[in-house]
Amino acid sequence: MSDVLTFTDTRVLRAIQLVWQEAAVLDAKDYVAWESMYTDDAMYVIPIDPDTDDFASSLNMVYDDKRMRSLRVQRMMQGYAPSAVAAARTVRIVSRFTVEEVDDDAVILRSAQILNAFKRDAFSTIGAEMTHRIALSDDGDKIALKVARLIDSEDAVSASGYLL
Amino acid sequence: MTTIERPTRGFSDLAENDRVAGALYTDPEIFDEEMKKIFYRTWVWVAHESEIPEAGSFKTTQVGDQPVIVTRDRKGNFNTLLNRCRHRGATVCDQRSGKANGFTCPYHNWSYTLDGRLRGIPYPDGYEGVVDKNDFPLQKLRTESYLGMIWATFDQDIEPLEEFLGDAKIWMERFLKQSNGFPTKVLGAHKFRFKGNWKIQLENTTDGYHFPMVHKSWMASVDAETANMMSFMDDPAAETHALGNGHSVAIMAAAHADLDVDNGDEEIQPRFQHLVDELEQAGESPERIRRYMRSMHGCGFNLNMFPNIAMSSSFFRVLVPISVDVTEVWHMAIGMDGGPESINRERLRIHEHFQGPFGFGSPDDAEGWDRVQIGAGGNPNMPILVNRGQNREYTTEEGWPTSHVTDETGMRESYDMWKRMMSDV
Ligand code: FES
Ligand SMILES: [Fe+2]
Repeated sequence: MSDVLTFTDTRVLRAIQLVWQEAAVLDAKDYVAWESMYTDDAMYVIPIDPDTDDFASSLNMVYDDKRMRSLRVQRMMQGYAPSAVAAARTVRIVSRFTVEEVDDDAVILRSAQILNAFKRDAFSTIGAEMTHRIALSDDGDKIALKVARLIDSEDAVSASGYLL
Repeated sequence: MTTIERPTRGFSDLAENDRVAGALYTDPEIFDEEMKKIFYRTWVWVAHESEIPEAGSFKTTQVGDQPVIVTRDRKGNFNTLLNRCRHRGATVCDQRSGKANGFTCPYHNWSYTLDGRLRGIPYPDGYEGVVDKNDFPLQKLRTESYLGMIWATFDQDIEPLEEFLGDAKIWMERFLKQSNGFPTKVLGAHKFRFKGNWKIQLENTTDGYHFPMVHKSWMASVDAETANMMSFMDDPAAETHALGNGHSVAIMAAAHADLDVDNGDEEIQPRFQHLVDELEQAGESPERIRRYMRSMHGCGFNLNMFPNIAMSSSFFRVLVPISVDVTEVWHMAIGMDGGPESINRERLRIHEHFQGPFGFGSPDDAEGWDRVQIGAGGNPNMPILVNRGQNREYTTEEGWPTSHVTDETGMRESYDMWKRMMSDV
């Protein structure tokens, strides 16, 4: 399939739309809405090792199944976590999409993300290579896998209370 | 409130037994003096042996603010080499870790062996009668290891490592029992920076007082058994011992302080049931399974070894001073080299849950530390208090000043060492 056809494929457009929506929801810190964007068996991963796909056997920054995502959302919302209460404001751009796979059930997208964060007089920028697997369904499309590979994942990463 | 005057000569007067000046976090001159008088003069932790497993393995890190390479050479010896070419000073290695036959400086290709000898100079005719290769090895630090932990020092005349560790050695041994008889292995590291002085993190490792407040969100996310294990605030068996030479240990869960001692009271947590089932299937004995499951919680204490390494619960905590107001922290997850892989995997999940830039615990610590740095800049002469529990401190038969785990005995020990080293001429 040529690139032009890929980006006019409505299945791909639906997937891209969901990835952009997720970015907007995270910038808005609407974590309840964010949680509902995932399928029950989805994994959300921020690995440290830039080359691995065996996340279960590696140390990750985030390795969340449904249970951990739900705990994470509670943590972000409940007001007990000083870092979440004082979280940086963020603006993120997700673009440079490439389509890895597409069929009627799922689309696998890769993309680049630049996240700009501001907290206490300081701007920071985080760059990441993203992989999303979007499960397509008439009942609403959902994220079935998200992997955010930070370009500095093996060095000192500072999070300021937000999610990637 | 009393303030502490900045002395005109030397800084050791800025620390008293129960308080230290805020300037200790903010004054760049103090930081420079700490590098010289502390980090270049004592044993600084650089690696765990499992990080450099074979001949040719290396990792790069810092001793104080200076870049070093830690290597294992052909003879199996550990070397710590200043990462600075003897020609014009370029770093000879810029990878975090790897395997190599030696190091070749990328600038003019002077090459060095794994133990730092200068092996080759390209186009050597310009150096005939000018440079004898024997005179220009990479600078080598003294390097010693104990129980797999490797320390290095610029001071060639310092006391042997084991003497420096002193009573911390007993606790190192206990800590490593969580590997259940297998060698301990570093499984990975979370690295993050905070905008604050290194001593803020040094203090934190044996600060039980902050735990229920700062880590309330983590406590809310774990099961009742785990929360119960970490509810040490009113537990009189939860104590902090000062061990000498700046080292201290904070015991949060006394029942886990020595994993060889099991009074049988503790129930194995239901969340580990899938592992129990798996190990039973594999034919492991009930005793062995119980031991594995208990070890999953780590050692029940935080051991702080001055100036830059802690063995904390179930991980190593390394601090790297970057500048007066920036510190890098590495939380290195540990597991067993051998044994059931599923246990190492579970340990990774437990580590991820608390540690790292997106963990449920570390970012909240970092939030507090950032604020200490900013706040301490408001009147740096005003003291930082480390006097909690002075009223109930006593000395054990081992000679360890001791008080409750929420008390500041560990910090007083660190600052006592700081003061001693900073007053050395
Ligand atoms: S600086 Fe290293 S070879 Fe010249
Ligand atoms: Fe903490």
